[in-house]
Amino acid sequence: MEFAEFIKVPKLDGVVLRLPFKEPVEGTLCITGHHLFLSSRKTMKEELWLEHSAVDAVEKKLSNQNGGTLTLKCKNFMIVELDVPTAEDCLQIAHSVESLSNIHNLSLKYPFFYRANFEMLEDGWTAFMPESEFNKVGSSDQWRISYVNNHFEVCPSYSYAVIVPKSIDDETIAKAASFRHHNRFPVLSYYHKENGRAIIRSSQPLVGPNMRRCKEDEQLLNATLNRGKGYIVDTRIQSSAKMAQAKGGGFEPEQHYHQWKRIHQPVERQKYFHEALIKFVEACMDFGSSTEKWLSRLESSGWLNNIKEVLTCACVVAQCVDKDDATVLVHGSEGMDTTLQVTALAQLILDHDCRTIRGFEALIEREWLQSGHPFADRCAKSAFAMTKQRNESPVFLLFLDCVWQIWQQFPCSFEFNEDFLLMLFEQAYSSQFGTFLCNNDCERKKYKLASKTVSLWSYVNRPEVLEKYINHLYQPNQSPIWPSVAPQSLEVWQGLYLRWKIDRSGHQDAWKEIFKVREKNKELKLKANRLRRQMVLLQKEAIEAELLQPCAPNIMEVEDEDTGLSAGDS
Amino acid sequence: MEFIKTPKVENVRLLDRFNVRKPIVGTLYLTATHLIFVDPAGKRETWILHMHIASIEKQPLSTTGSPLVIRCKTFLCVTFIIPRERDCHDIYTSLLKLAHPTDIEELYAFHYTSPDDMPKHQGWNFFSLESEYLRMGVPNAHWALTQMNKDYEICDTYPKYLYVPSGVSTPVLIASARFRSRGRLPVLCYLHNTNQAAICRCSQPLAGFKARCEEDEKMLHAILKANPKSEFMYVVDTRPKINAMANRAAGKGYESEVFYSDIKFQFCGIENIHVMRSSLQKLVEVSELKNPSMSAFLTGLETSGWQKHIRAIMETAVFIANAVEDGISVLVHCSDGWDRTAQTCSLASIFLDPYYRTLHGFQALIEKEWLSFGHKFTDRCRFLESIEAKEESPVFTQFIECVWQLMQQFPCAFQFNERFLLTIHDHVYSCQFGTFIGNCEKDRLDLRLSERTYSLWGHMLNHTSEYINPMFKKDYELTNPVLRPNCNPQVFRFWKSMYNRFDNGVHPRENIGDILSAMTDHSTSLEDHVILLEKRVKSLLKLLGKSEDTLKSKLQGLVSSESLYMLCELTKGLSPLSGDGGHAAANSAQTASPQNSKTVNNTSIDGSAVGGDNSVRDNEVRRSDSESGFEDGGSQMSKSGMELEGIEEVDSLQDSPVISQSNSLDNLMLEQLELEMESVAVDWKTLRNIKQCSCAAPFEHYTKKHHCWKCGNVFCQRCIGRHIPLPGHYAQRPVPVCKSCYKEVKHSPSVNSFQSIQTLSPNTPTAPV
Repeated sequence: MEFAEFIKVPKLDGVVLRLPFKEPVEGTLCITGHHLFLSSRKTMKEELWLEHSAVDAVEKKLSNQNGGTLTLKCKNFMIVELDVPTAEDCLQIAHSVESLSNIHNLSLKYPFFYRANFEMLEDGWTAFMPESEFNKVGSSDQWRISYVNNHFEVCPSYSYAVIVPKSIDDETIAKAASFRHHNRFPVLSYYHKENGRAIIRSSQPLVGPNMRRCKEDEQLLNATLNRGKGYIVDTRIQSSAKMAQAKGGGFEPEQHYHQWKRIHQPVERQKYFHEALIKFVEACMDFGSSTEKWLSRLESSGWLNNIKEVLTCACVVAQCVDKDDATVLVHGSEGMDTTLQVTALAQLILDHDCRTIRGFEALIEREWLQSGHPFADRCAKSAFAMTKQRNESPVFLLFLDCVWQIWQQFPCSFEFNEDFLLMLFEQAYSSQFGTFLCNNDCERKKYKLASKTVSLWSYVNRPEVLEKYINHLYQPNQSPIWPSVAPQSLEVWQGLYLRWKIDRSGHQDAWKEIFKVREKNKELKLKANRLRRQMVLLQKEAIEAELLQPCAPNIMEVEDEDTGLSAGDS
Repeated sequence: MEFIKTPKVENVRLLDRFNVRKPIVGTLYLTATHLIFVDPAGKRETWILHMHIASIEKQPLSTTGSPLVIRCKTFLCVTFIIPRERDCHDIYTSLLKLAHPTDIEELYAFHYTSPDDMPKHQGWNFFSLESEYLRMGVPNAHWALTQMNKDYEICDTYPKYLYVPSGVSTPVLIASARFRSRGRLPVLCYLHNTNQAAICRCSQPLAGFKARCEEDEKMLHAILKANPKSEFMYVVDTRPKINAMANRAAGKGYESEVFYSDIKFQFCGIENIHVMRSSLQKLVEVSELKNPSMSAFLTGLETSGWQKHIRAIMETAVFIANAVEDGISVLVHCSDGWDRTAQTCSLASIFLDPYYRTLHGFQALIEKEWLSFGHKFTDRCRFLESIEAKEESPVFTQFIECVWQLMQQFPCAFQFNERFLLTIHDHVYSCQFGTFIGNCEKDRLDLRLSERTYSLWGHMLNHTSEYINPMFKKDYELTNPVLRPNCNPQVFRFWKSMYNRFDNGVHPRENIGDILSAMTDHSTSLEDHVILLEKRVKSLLKLLGKSEDTLKSKLQGLVSSESLYMLCELTKGLSPLSGDGGHAAANSAQTASPQNSKTVNNTSIDGSAVGGDNSVRDNEVRRSDSESGFEDGGSQMSKSGMELEGIEEVDSLQDSPVISQSNSLDNLMLEQLELEMESVAVDWKTLRNIKQCSCAAPFEHYTKKHHCWKCGNVFCQRCIGRHIPLPGHYAQRPVPVCKSCYKEVKHSPSVNSFQSIQTLSPNTPTAPV
């Protein structure tokens, strides 16, 4: 195997492992092609089982007497410390882990070696096909499914099938695509059944300094309006949209898109998210700091502010659709980062279906995977790694954080719990499943992920796994849920960023109690209803048998007159 | 009232922060106790208790009128725009007088009468210092009660009863008291139940730069010796060192480790009342920002320093609790020993002792550490006009917030909920109850508050079910007897339900606590209803002539599974048959009786035996119910809490109908059965999307939403009229119902009235209904 050259020390005794909330354990460290694990002689079990791809950064500290200490900073913000007996081994292991966690050759990644050890009920690769999602839109005579991109030739980052206005033919679409950045032409993101309005997304138009226009693009957009009004929500501030115009991009000028009203609802550009996360996580990790320092670093990181902006923009879009009865086009520049955050969150606000487990999975498939959010680029590294490339960006994490913010404001409106969101976060950054590999469907097809790897959804969508992710307070809620974006309402997601720093067992206990309270209530309701049904049946029977009469009968023997009388007085 | 010049102003506009563009127009009423704004369109009423008003500000006249900004101690901030400047001025001057009475006898508590017929004495006798110390196992070999301060002569801000190390002589105590600021000598406030480590409290010593007092040193040594296993003790000065040093120049200061052998001295850096006051001021400004940016909010939060101070208090309490847990006694003081000392000693006690995390225990803790040991509520909360502004400080508010922060970290550890904390906080300031009036125990005695005013504890007892934390785990005290809070800055949260309580927009739209509380209440109702239903089913089966054995097996089946339902289905199918054959004996027996009486003879034949059996079975059913994993801390607690007062009454209520029901089971009538079924709602309306009560009063985020146990609809406090036993409940405990259901139940023929008719006219034939 090619990995062998990286593994200088496959096995090492006497390594001391230090994990959050656990006592240090001594054991044998083993390194394989994809994993690092440590088993203790005493307990005879694995104390650590870590996929190399989960490691974000490796730090080593050597000391003369006691070998060295290896700090593995994971992408999920867990810190693992290993005390290695000799300095040489320490360096070797550090080198191995570093190399193995940075393998870029896709076919060497773990999902290609992982075999499902569970019974698959449904294949996750085919669970959320564009066709079945289109069926959910319903038999709308306004929209159709188009295979213009069947061979990923029109737009490489789109899926093979997209939803477009019925009145627009594929040829027009292909022409319109050439007018959009990365050919990401306007497609349907969400259809609001209540009023027939829609959310459309695309990338910026290539207007450029010469004010190019494209009739087909205008035609395509106008066809989405269906005689209603339309808003274009640009996620950039006007000045940066203008700057983009100088570089060949831009925004829809009013004279050519006069049926549309443009709103600039700025969200920080995705490339700054990464920096914000690094600062924010650093502040979270620094437990020795003063309260002032913590608050000032929290503020200057801008992370919560990013959340506020994204949520605000999503609320604006959702309001345009639901309250203002309008169709909305959302784009920033490339339309594969903030645009997707906004359209996905707007759907979460508007559509109760997205708040179920399956609906949320479908949302991730539709708005993130099939619409070409470059997971491979964005999630290659997390908050600890020093990278020179600028492709990394926690766009998806920020989206999950926004979901959590809404979730904690509406804790009964979601079918899933916090653990589900945590799981998705971890899976997006490091996984044995193929779902979040590659940057788009085109690449996924090229590498035959569907046949060579297991889908995350195949694993998750089994009753024994789903059970863990059920929110026991869930009561289906048909109406839109409007979150508050006031700073007082947005909080640090302790369950994610401080998960390895503060003990959350109190909260797990609380959810167990919640489960008990709800189960008891449910059971009693069932029981009462059952008994009532029996009563009715028995009453009927008794009446038929003339044993019970609906009026006061004569009593031959009154067994306790006193009680009857005295109680009757009250 | 002589202060009220203008009792009513029309066309007043209410501005709230989030609705500046759409002000509400309504009428402002000024009463002797409240300022009330009524919005006729929205049916919204804003009641502001005069005692809650912290500040009133008259802003410059605008085109629409005179703005009057009112800020409350409950963190409500409203602006009224009053059309005429004169009216505004009148209201302003009246409120200035009403909000800050000059004489303590003018406080609300002295003329408040409880609307819910609560006896005045209720609550005043719930707690006694002696029984609280008895609970801790004091007096014992090491600690004794001294009568020295019986007449408050040694220290007038301390309680009558003081607990001190047992061997210490009176002269030593007196000398020690003289060496301490305001005579507040070191006394016991908490004793660890197993390791004998104690928390003691006092004020700073009058040490200056070199003064010493041998008796005081003896006193501290005696405290150390009262904990035989320990070699040393801590003296915790909760102040920053610089403050303590400054006090030395004024002849006060702190203990020197040179003079006091065996002590370890520790400064803790909690700032003084003036710093805390201005910190809260800044925090309020932050919470009142209009549409703040994230950055402005966080920067404001940081510069207010509020969370830093909260954290300092928590850290000090953690230090004290850790020492005590390690078996080391701690003596705590600040300057006078009634602010920071009260905060940290009471918090440390909560960490150490699960009792203080219960409803009753928390109240006992406040009684001990705050009321008995003389936290100056009247001064710190500025009840009176005469109190200087520099005396005011949110010391108690900080304590309450610390407890809330703990609740965030340990959601299952507390029997009470956030509403409990907010209620106590608000009523400290409301002066509606005598509990917090005065500055010390002696003041309250002199004012004869227990005779003249109501007790908050008595009032809260009547609302116990509202304060229960549904997530409270009864066995938490076994698994986690000691709370070890995390005190890192990242863990502290902004308490929006306190400081932004009246901004409906910023709160979670679905409140887990309220939903769970409603669920728990609902389960309590259903549990009771199920017991009755089971009895009814049983007697119906009996009526239909099933033998005792089949009955038993069916009932067992009923408890465990659906098997009875299956059986019923079967019997239903067979009923024509059984009607002819199975009941032949019963039928033939009946034909003999005149008037076609439907009394079933086969049951009356073995009547006594069945009666005996019944009660046994009842117990079985009940037991099996409680054993089937349905036990729940919350509901049990709420029951026991609510029944505390009237156990006997409820028992007698329970008994009579039960007896009559079980004896007259065979006299079941359809009407009665239907009545029973109708009287208990199996489904309760969900709290989601309920914006107002049926009386059209809008629900705010913080208002408690009540379910009617009969119809299952949601009502406001005012519409949930009274408590009444429902026919469908076995235990016949009075439960909350809405006004119309109350009338219905009250006027409906009850089980018993059926019986009385039967008893009175045994032979009169009645027409079928």
